[in-house]
Amino acid sequence: MARAAVLGRLTWQVGMVTDIRKETATASTIMIDVPGWPGHAAGQHVDVRLTAEDGYSAQRSYSIASAPGRDRLELTVQRLEDGEVSPYLTDVLMVGYPLELRGPIGGWFVWDTGAGRPVLLVAGGSGVVPLMSMIRARAEIGSRTPFRLVYSVRSPETVLYAAELAERGQAGDGLEVSYVYTRSAPPGAQVRVGRLNPVVLAAPGWTREAAPAVFICGPTGFVEAAASLLVKAGHDPGVIKTERFGPSGGQA
Amino acid sequence: MTTHLDGNVLAGTFGEVFAVDITTAVGQCASCGTREAIGQAMVYTDAPGLVARCGSCGEVVLRVTRSAGRTWVDMRGVSYLELQTPGQ
Repeated sequence: MARAAVLGRLTWQVGMVTDIRKETATASTIMIDVPGWPGHAAGQHVDVRLTAEDGYSAQRSYSIASAPGRDRLELTVQRLEDGEVSPYLTDVLMVGYPLELRGPIGGWFVWDTGAGRPVLLVAGGSGVVPLMSMIRARAEIGSRTPFRLVYSVRSPETVLYAAELAERGQAGDGLEVSYVYTRSAPPGAQVRVGRLNPVVLAAPGWTREAAPAVFICGPTGFVEAAASLLVKAGHDPGVIKTERFGPSGGQA
Repeated sequence: MTTHLDGNVLAGTFGEVFAVDITTAVGQCASCGTREAIGQAMVYTDAPGLVARCGSCGEVVLRVTRSAGRTWVDMRGVSYLELQTPGQ
């Protein structure tokens, strides 16, 4: 796909919420119609701005979860307990509400659909969101590029897109999904609970010889640990792209 | 207790004032000479404004601050920026 980032300054737009889907106890996907939305490249984000009646406003960045498409997009928002923006998005926002946003933003953490090389995705918690956009983009264009998602979660209950990932992972078209459970694993599962480790990252076909493009997204500590494991395993640091997120969500 | 994010968080703020994508721009650190995509710089968001530091030596490469309808961009830490300008 052509680079979605067209040269031009960013401006705020108003979208309309068309649907809200609960993903987990604390995360929701918000479907938004945005007239004139140009589409995005998988991995990009938007800024969302809330403005109170007294004029106070707060702004955060959210990754786009949907496959690229015109005039609409989906965001998955993880509720932060002491958050200023996310509790409104997950608890108050309803279908039919307007939402102010701007984007698509960022051309670095983006999967080039034409690149062809295998793609290793490493997600920590809600860091899976932009990676899900890449997985959906791949399906949308009928790509057979080998993809592997290594998804680190606290427990099975916190997995975003669990049913969809199970289905896509079983489709036999070159997408593998592996989980790392850091607090508790599904009952009866033959997996150890613990942190991301070199063994899970070095699955057959996914070692440095396969030279995959790597996208890592999650909290800072997770991203640095994952990148460091991959570099130690011999992956070229030049093909590892990272995106760290934090509670401030890029607010300036 | 400060933790950093990365250059991806600069995109929106720069996008308000510049038409090019700052995250794919390659900057040369004026301090150590490392060339790195700005998207991979370490960015601290809890300072006044955003402070980007070189992923290699840790020196400040870029600072951007917004206030009251103005944006300040301090670029003394980059000796140059190589920008992607497709279609030219």
